[in-house]
Amino acid sequence: MRHILSILVENEAGALSRVAGLFSARGYNIETLTVAPTEDATLSRMTIVTTGSDDVVEQITKQLNKLVDVVKVVDLSEGKHIERELMLVKVRAAGKDREEIKRTADIFRGKIIDVTDKTYTIELTGTTEKLEAFLEALDRASILETVRTGVSGIGRGEWVLKA
Amino acid sequence: MELKLPPLAETGETLTGAEILIRCLKAEGVEFVFGYPGGAVLHIYDAIFGQKDVRHILVRHEQGAIHAADGYARATGKPGVALVTSGPGVTNAVTGIATAYMDSIPMVILTGQVPTRAIGEDAFQECDTVGITRPCVKHNFLVKDVSQLAITMKKAFHIATTGRPGPVLVDVPKDVSNLTAPFHYPDKIHMRSYNPVVKGHSGQIKKALQLLLDAKRPMIYVGGGAVLGNASEEVTELVRTLEYPCTNTLMGLGAYPATDKRFVGMLGMHGTVEANMAMQTCDVLLAVGARFDDRVIGNPTHFSAGNPTRKIIHIDIDPSSISKRVKVDVPIVGGVKEVLQDMLTQIKAGFSNGARHRPDAESLAAWWSQIAAWRAKDCLKYDRKAAIIKPQMVIEKLYEVTKGEAFITSDVGQHQMWAAQFYKFDKPRRWINSGGLGTMGVGLPYAMGVKLAFPDADVACVTGESSIQMCIQELSTCKQYHLPVKVINLNNRYMGMVRQWQEFFHGNRYSESYMDSLPDFAKLAEAYGHVGMVIDKPGDIEGALREAFAMKDRLVFLDFVTDQSENVFPMVPGGKGISEMILSEEL
Repeated sequence: MRHILSILVENEAGALSRVAGLFSARGYNIETLTVAPTEDATLSRMTIVTTGSDDVVEQITKQLNKLVDVVKVVDLSEGKHIERELMLVKVRAAGKDREEIKRTADIFRGKIIDVTDKTYTIELTGTTEKLEAFLEALDRASILETVRTGVSGIGRGEWVLKA
Repeated sequence: MELKLPPLAETGETLTGAEILIRCLKAEGVEFVFGYPGGAVLHIYDAIFGQKDVRHILVRHEQGAIHAADGYARATGKPGVALVTSGPGVTNAVTGIATAYMDSIPMVILTGQVPTRAIGEDAFQECDTVGITRPCVKHNFLVKDVSQLAITMKKAFHIATTGRPGPVLVDVPKDVSNLTAPFHYPDKIHMRSYNPVVKGHSGQIKKALQLLLDAKRPMIYVGGGAVLGNASEEVTELVRTLEYPCTNTLMGLGAYPATDKRFVGMLGMHGTVEANMAMQTCDVLLAVGARFDDRVIGNPTHFSAGNPTRKIIHIDIDPSSISKRVKVDVPIVGGVKEVLQDMLTQIKAGFSNGARHRPDAESLAAWWSQIAAWRAKDCLKYDRKAAIIKPQMVIEKLYEVTKGEAFITSDVGQHQMWAAQFYKFDKPRRWINSGGLGTMGVGLPYAMGVKLAFPDADVACVTGESSIQMCIQELSTCKQYHLPVKVINLNNRYMGMVRQWQEFFHGNRYSESYMDSLPDFAKLAEAYGHVGMVIDKPGDIEGALREAFAMKDRLVFLDFVTDQSENVFPMVPGGKGISEMILSEEL
């Protein structure tokens, strides 16, 4: 089962390595991990996408809570939530393909943010599935480079994750 | 962050980082710092010089410093404090830190670091201390600003001693220990990210009591958490009130008195038949500060599938210990002492107003007679008439000679298991050993820490000829500080537990488990300025022990020449279920 964990941590040196170290030491999976400071500069927020049985994810949550720098852990996938990922893709865009790539990007509501004679760089935001679908829609051979941020998530409605 | 200032006399004085550290230790009531000097901690050692608030114990190897502080903490319940230098000082300390971490021992370890400007430049004696120790500490800090030193020390002691205890490391760069700052030591601290739950959930406690009182084949399983949480009194009262059988884990020995008839012995890989069988076949299991680890319940699938209707209640201060290896029916997160007190209050109130029925006497009697049948197997029996010394007999005589009152430290291996099986601990914190990490070499430094804390008590280190050599240099420390502990060396010329596994599971191929060219331990002890004895006849065991313990002011190294082929029974082979024991007569 795929789970998306939101973690508030003290914005201290080494906090990221404590979290990452926990996952590797106990053999847990990290599919994606994002981290950045929050509106409160003393806190950072991490979003970790992981897979595992319910028992394993329960242990992951407990172990994360045990870290002294961790202020709060929430499994967003337990409730309604929104998740987004940002991807930048550099594609070969020459000749007859150039127009088709532009159209495909438009369909996925992607933005072309850099252009050369031979390439486009496309910015695309969405769920992991949407990004995957976009890559599928492109001609594999035309993809020169991709970079993805990993998933960020937030709960739906008025509920707020606070320290 | 709440920051309360202490009385004015202690406040605001400008001190160096090194002086601040000593003041912090004094404020925490630290008696001893176990350590070893080096370049990065010279300012701190300068601050130690000529002050009388904190006593420094100079060890012979940093590993010994951590183990000694750890032993002090296990015996007293107070945090152990150690001080080592950067680089190799730290890496030598890591084994000790990991040992304390696995057994949840409260410690504060101070380490020197290269000056802040040199960090990351591969400076002399530099290592990434915070990185290296991160997986084996409860928390660690690198202090880059002298003004943060006192508050960091406060946090370190707070974290080490509350919740599930553990070692906390504070890394202090050399320049930070020499720079000055006004000294304020807060007497209280609040950390938003660290708030261990102490009080158990009342609804869960009610559910647990219902199950417990309805049980027909109850079992109470008590681990090291009951010792660490000072809950021995509550455990004892609960067991005696309910008259249920009770077992202690290796780490829990002494939490419930071993000489009581309700005690069924230690459980686990080398537990008694009665404890292991009761654990496997009970209908309600109350786990108190224990963690169902592999050396205790063996194969978790066998444990669960072998008795799927068994209900488990688990009290632990660490939520991550609950349902980690075995699914639990009623989890109770909280301090074992507090939760047991709540349970006892409710049980007694229920008994007195008749609202709660008592356990079913008939079922309980049947259960006890089943346990008696298991007990009758006498699974710890050994050949008492042998012409060569049986190691078990040494422990039995040690128990008699010390009247069961000694602090017993041990190393790791067969001798450790025999000490656990044959020395009947009636009090907590008397049995000091490395349970989780299984660190050979802890025994002697543990004994030093214990003896410093309890100078008038008998302290014996039960060890083997392999383990003792892993920290034998500390005999020198014992001489320097007049620590007259007794070393009980069960010398079978083998790494006994390795040899036992090779005999059982590797076709008697004793690969590298025999140690040739052992030192003459008695002479070695004498060379260090102590008394050495060699005992090779069963008839001499008691006399030698009496003679040794009569020498109150001397360290005596008793080298017992024991049976080379003796094995520890019962034994649950690795990966097997707890009820699948090998008994001595089966071989």
